Amino acid sequence: MTATSNGEALRVEHIAKRFGGVTALSDVNLRLARGEVLGLIGDNGAGKSTLIKIICGFHQPDSGRILVNGEEVQIRSVDHARTLGIDTVYQDLALVNELSVYHNMFLNRELVRWPLLSNSRMRRLAREHLEDMGVNVPSVDVEVAKLSGGQRQAIAVARSVYTDAKILLLDEPLAAMGAKEGALILDLVRDLKDKGEVSIVVIAHNFGQILEVCDRVNLLQHGEITYDKVTSETSITELTDLVVAEYRAARTRRPGEGGPRKER
Amino acid sequence: MSDTVEVAERVGAAPPGRPRRSIPRRIGEEFLQRREASVLVVAIALGVYFVSARDAFLTQPNLVNITQATGPGAIIAAGMVLLLVSGEIDLSVGAVAALAPFIMHYLIDYYSVAALPAIVLVLLIAAVIGLVNGLITVGFRVPSFVTTLGTLNVVLGILLTTSHAYPVAIPEPAQGTIARWFGQADWAHLIWALLIVGLLHLLLTRTRWGLHTIAVGGNLLGATEAGIKAGRVKIGNFMIVSVLGGFAGIMEAFRIHTIDPNIGGGTTIMFFAVSAAVIGGTALAGGSGTVLGAFLGALVLAELQNGMNLIGISANPYFLILGAAILVSMIANVYLSRLRRAGRA
Repeated sequence: MTATSNGEALRVEHIAKRFGGVTALSDVNLRLARGEVLGLIGDNGAGKSTLIKIICGFHQPDSGRILVNGEEVQIRSVDHARTLGIDTVYQDLALVNELSVYHNMFLNRELVRWPLLSNSRMRRLAREHLEDMGVNVPSVDVEVAKLSGGQRQAIAVARSVYTDAKILLLDEPLAAMGAKEGALILDLVRDLKDKGEVSIVVIAHNFGQILEVCDRVNLLQHGEITYDKVTSETSITELTDLVVAEYRAARTRRPGEGGPRKER
Repeated sequence: MSDTVEVAERVGAAPPGRPRRSIPRRIGEEFLQRREASVLVVAIALGVYFVSARDAFLTQPNLVNITQATGPGAIIAAGMVLLLVSGEIDLSVGAVAALAPFIMHYLIDYYSVAALPAIVLVLLIAAVIGLVNGLITVGFRVPSFVTTLGTLNVVLGILLTTSHAYPVAIPEPAQGTIARWFGQADWAHLIWALLIVGLLHLLLTRTRWGLHTIAVGGNLLGATEAGIKAGRVKIGNFMIVSVLGGFAGIMEAFRIHTIDPNIGGGTTIMFFAVSAAVIGGTALAGGSGTVLGAFLGALVLAELQNGMNLIGISANPYFLILGAAILVSMIANVYLSRLRRAGRA
């Protein structure tokens, strides 16, 4: 299996997280090989966001452990996660509409020749980096507000990669995106995969397109990974059936009977 | 979708083979791009009109009048732009401006502090007021409109209680050279205003601080996710406005040769600054604005006041025109930014 062929970038063991009386994650086990693209799917409320926020340092888990490159780490904050090479591209992308592409690329990591910004250097580096990654924007001087959703997403991804992210968490990168724009992002992920330097977890709600670029798929249900298969061994139909079967079960389940959730 | 693609193409550098656009059209497009441009035109047009209407408009004493009417407001407006861009507002800055020369008077006359250190202390105290504004707004999540409405009254209360609402003379040690530097000399207002406007323009457009100010006002969540300390940026900008308010207050006191607790009840100069910023193209919603625009906005307001005075119109309809100017420029601003977004500019 590719998953163990060249080392593990990330391993998550028995992660649990409760918010008050609500169990968001009960026992999550997940592994990500170096250079691998893992699709994380699951319905609303399955705990995908909670899991991502734990990996990127936003939340602390109640129990369980996280290993980065085989070493156990306590991820204390988002900044700490970044120093470990873990970066998240949020759905809102954290781009500032009013700023140019290159200022967004260097947001909070600006190059400065005190006291002024080194705009020409940032402009040049941003242009080179975007070209390297095959991201097409009309000009790095354009305000981000003028770009399409796909271009914005691409810039957000490019920014994370540029700042030396080794583990990239993409939160629903295709949400609210047209087919053409979606293809742009999928190409970008594919290119990153070919280079093999970055390991990626792609969170998807609607998994049809995502499966194209993933090596492996994990299904998160009721706070646990209930399904883990190499993409070539599964199909959209199978995954859809899994999610839908759960609905059916829920509909026919009598109150008090428990259902698929494991009580701990 | 096809729309955005088209925009993307048009925004890109013009291909070499493309027919050159006519010069007037290009100037027109430049115009829409520079937010300050429309205000500059208004400022020039007003100047031309008043010059043709009254010869006195262009005389040196009158130009000095105009710069003195522009200066303090423009200085406060420059800081106000930074604060507005970061997504906050300061209504208390006028009260700080009124309080500042009194603190100078207390320090010099009651505590025997030398004039220059006294002025520095006044500015530090103003910074503390800005810090309080910022801490309450950021720490307790009180909207800055409400925070500074509160501190406006608190500062005014301190001012009126301690001064018994009576004007006082400029303290003896602050007379002479210092007074001339800080507002009595003919061109002191203009020089300070240009210096401060130039510095703050650089701060907003060419430094990390400015970039983070825009980011915090444009996308607070995004800026925070990128690791920018949004609270610190906002608090810093509150302090900048407040310090500039204190400075403008001291300049005003030196210009009118007296320290008057009733300079507009502390609100006139604040509204002047906010109006100048808005007329200059700064959005109250945060994320965009220009310091140069605010300076030109202040100039327009000062020209209007002065010119109408010369023509012999009473000061009362000034407010009518000020109101109309704010509305027109706001509508134009919204309309132009929509054009810019659409990529037509």
